[in-house]
Amino acid sequence: MALDEYKPQKGGDELEQGHAFKYVGTRPDRPDGTDKVTGRARFGADITAPGMLHGAILRSPHAHARIVSIDTAKAEALDGVKAVVTRADFSDAIQPAPGMAGEMWNVLENVMAGDKALYDGHAIAAVAATSALTARDAVKLIEVTYEVLPHVTDVDAAMADDAPVIRDGTADKSVPPGLHPNVVRYHQSGHGDVATGFAEADLVIEDSFTTEATHQGYIEPHACLGILGGDGKGELWCCTQGHWNVQKICAALLDLETSQLRVTASEIGGGFGGKTTVFIEPVALALSRKANKPVKLVMSRAEVFRATGPTASTSMDIKIGMNKDGTITAAQGVFRAQGGAFPGAPMEFTAMCAFAPYNLANVHQVGYDVMTNRPKQAAYRAPGSPMAAFAVESVIDELCNQLGLDPLEVRLKNASREGTRASYGPKFQRIGLVETIEAAMAHPHYSAPLEPGQGRGISCGFWFNHGGETSVTLALSEDGSAQIMVGTPDIGGSRSSMALMAAEVLGIPYENIRVTVADTASLGYNEVSHGSRVTYASGLATIKAAEAAVRELCRRAAAKWGIEEDAVYWEDGYAKPSGPNAGDFEPLHISKITRRMGATGGPINGHFEATPEGAGVSFATHIVDAEVDPETGSTKVVRYTVVQDAGKAIHPTYVEGQFQGGAAQGIGWALNEEYIYGADGRLQNAGFLDYRIPVASDLPMIDTVIVEVPNPGHPYGVRGVGETSICPPLAAIANAVSAAAGVRMRNLPMSPPRILAALEEQSGG
Amino acid sequence: MSKIHVSTTINGDTAEFLCDPRETLLDVLRDRLGLTGAKEGCGTGDCGACSVTLDGRLVCSCLVLGAEAEGREIATVEGIAPGEELHPLQRKFIEHAALQCGICTPGILVAAKALLEKNPDPTETEVRYWLAGNLCRCTGYDKIIRAVMDAAAEMREAA
Ligand code: FES
Ligand code: FES
Repeated sequence: MALDEYKPQKGGDELEQGHAFKYVGTRPDRPDGTDKVTGRARFGADITAPGMLHGAILRSPHAHARIVSIDTAKAEALDGVKAVVTRADFSDAIQPAPGMAGEMWNVLENVMAGDKALYDGHAIAAVAATSALTARDAVKLIEVTYEVLPHVTDVDAAMADDAPVIRDGTADKSVPPGLHPNVVRYHQSGHGDVATGFAEADLVIEDSFTTEATHQGYIEPHACLGILGGDGKGELWCCTQGHWNVQKICAALLDLETSQLRVTASEIGGGFGGKTTVFIEPVALALSRKANKPVKLVMSRAEVFRATGPTASTSMDIKIGMNKDGTITAAQGVFRAQGGAFPGAPMEFTAMCAFAPYNLANVHQVGYDVMTNRPKQAAYRAPGSPMAAFAVESVIDELCNQLGLDPLEVRLKNASREGTRASYGPKFQRIGLVETIEAAMAHPHYSAPLEPGQGRGISCGFWFNHGGETSVTLALSEDGSAQIMVGTPDIGGSRSSMALMAAEVLGIPYENIRVTVADTASLGYNEVSHGSRVTYASGLATIKAAEAAVRELCRRAAAKWGIEEDAVYWEDGYAKPSGPNAGDFEPLHISKITRRMGATGGPINGHFEATPEGAGVSFATHIVDAEVDPETGSTKVVRYTVVQDAGKAIHPTYVEGQFQGGAAQGIGWALNEEYIYGADGRLQNAGFLDYRIPVASDLPMIDTVIVEVPNPGHPYGVRGVGETSICPPLAAIANAVSAAAGVRMRNLPMSPPRILAALEEQSGG
Repeated sequence: MSKIHVSTTINGDTAEFLCDPRETLLDVLRDRLGLTGAKEGCGTGDCGACSVTLDGRLVCSCLVLGAEAEGREIATVEGIAPGEELHPLQRKFIEHAALQCGICTPGILVAAKALLEKNPDPTETEVRYWLAGNLCRCTGYDKIIRAVMDAAAEMREAA
């Protein structure tokens, strides 16, 4: 979810009370299962076009440097090279502007450097050639003269007076005077009076925490195939979470009319927020325009690490006051986040999510968005929230320890409920935090004995969830089967959820429904698959589109029977007269109506377009047992339980999968994963060997409990589930590790050297 | 650079291709032979998305040169399903939702099949260690491990 898209969700009252489900809540096979287990599914790099060229990108080896000159003559002279592009081949109509107002320019600048290389890996020029090997050879022949500038990659260092200025004039009006120009946005929110609250507390703890940048780590590198002619008409195939967004940005960056560029989303090999924007897509199109041939561009894994993603790194100060009975009297947080060489670190989400699980009379939070010489951060699953939870829940844990209180009892005591004024402003609608805490307390995991050397940690977590612009079309076939066009790429089985919801409305078997992710020319605008919005928003639109089709089906039946439309109702795939007064007619099956639809008024379709704003916020509570080896400092997660409110689980198996995946990514973030920069500002671990994500032998089974407190903003009660699952793990694991090691861990990742250093420091070594 | 002529067997069928000496087996499978089931997640042997078997041995095809395929027998994900029917591993992966995005799935299926051929009754720990070279970022591995164990049980029963 991009920063400018967050709106407090209104709630609404769509919920159909007492719905008895026939399809929703079952666990059928996913419709694209066979494609994906046979190798048939086509992902980003799996498509070709006749006459296709291969592209490659030259990237800066410097963290910060002025580009004095770029000489492409030798590369162009290489046999097989058909085009070389630099920034001059992109739009010059896009102007920089402070803060997020300049986001289109920021994206352009990130896609291809202008005057300066802003980070190690920043794109400088690109080549298209008849083979991938030739393109790679040609890139090495491009001669760039750099004037190397001082750089900064650490968030706190970038705010210091003597830090090199990355781009003066980038700060927007939110930033208070007197701060370094690298501080480009500022946020504050809260209510009550924290000073009074702290004065009332029996115990106040103040502490500081840091988290490192982590990459989304999708296994599929970015890949695309672009075709653009001199007539300004183009086609683009790419792996993306949102192809309308790709269409809009590429059109702007290349001075095209948006609708002249048709973008098709391939199957997508993971995104987690990292594929919500563009990196190589406009480059492929620019190369194609110049070479007048299709161009395929595929990133290497090193390029993925150096030039896409990661999430922000943070530095945070937390102060919380608590009474002996566990009541939190006041809470305050300062959150500094760096998001690379551009504005956009999600510090306001960090600040807004930090204390959201708790009902607080006095709360205040401040955020700083800081620029450094690192790649432009991209959204990563609940952007900003996991770090906040880590810092806040660590302090609450410490308060519980010192006051001798049960950590779940304390969470329950302070939990936000329906009607609570959220720490970030609005009043909560119906929410399920209390239910997740109670389920965690009742779970056998919470009372299971621990082995020596093990510690247990718990944490709550919060994410907003999102609605967003959505269009869905449903078309009935003559045999009564249905095809649905959605615009949200299916990252984790969403075709299944859509088919289940449509089956529920139409009353036809799940297997009779085919769900297609439509290209940008075949359906109205759809926002990116982000913000945990797909099952909520595309799901809501699918239900409404199916209901529109059902209304038409009833109309056709009414016309056939010669009765009023409202004397017909729909049940289990049949039109039926609504009672004895309506007349005595044999129920009419959907296939009987669709078979004659051409002669009775034409094709029967259903549409729905809207920006639904009732995405219910969601909460989770996690329990973790960790074991720390004091000799090596290595940690093993031995037991993990996720309890999360899904509102309504449409396909429970895939909901569990989201819970487990979020927990696993959180385990990696907490224990291993980090961007490591050298003193030269270069990324030192741009590969899966040195940037180690969890592997099968690192993890235990991950137990899940699906809590269902329906969201009043969705007809079936759905809340998004994808993101909340990564909010509690950093904190829960840190609490478990701190308990096991006997020392408070304040810096992530808790890698073996960090744990050993903490143990040594504690023993005065 | 002049190209090398290679004759090999892929999923039981003979295949011939010309390749640059620098091209990997993965490049050849995907770009020259149109077998895009094997995926490139890293190109450095760290993710297992490109897993195939070479004379029955599990390898990362990104670490094998195309030229090395000469006279060898290669099996890829495209050859796992014996015919119209899916292989038990494939069915169990769908049934257990052992894939979310599915990019790791071809490599994991090839690796799991190789495991079950060696060891038809693996423990959970054995499955976890065998698959430790196959990264999955979506699932947390839970459902993958269950699917492999369940397929193994079914195959033992059928055997
Ligand atoms: S692509 Fe071969 S191991 Fe990753
Ligand atoms: S299912 Fe996406 S990487 Fe495994």
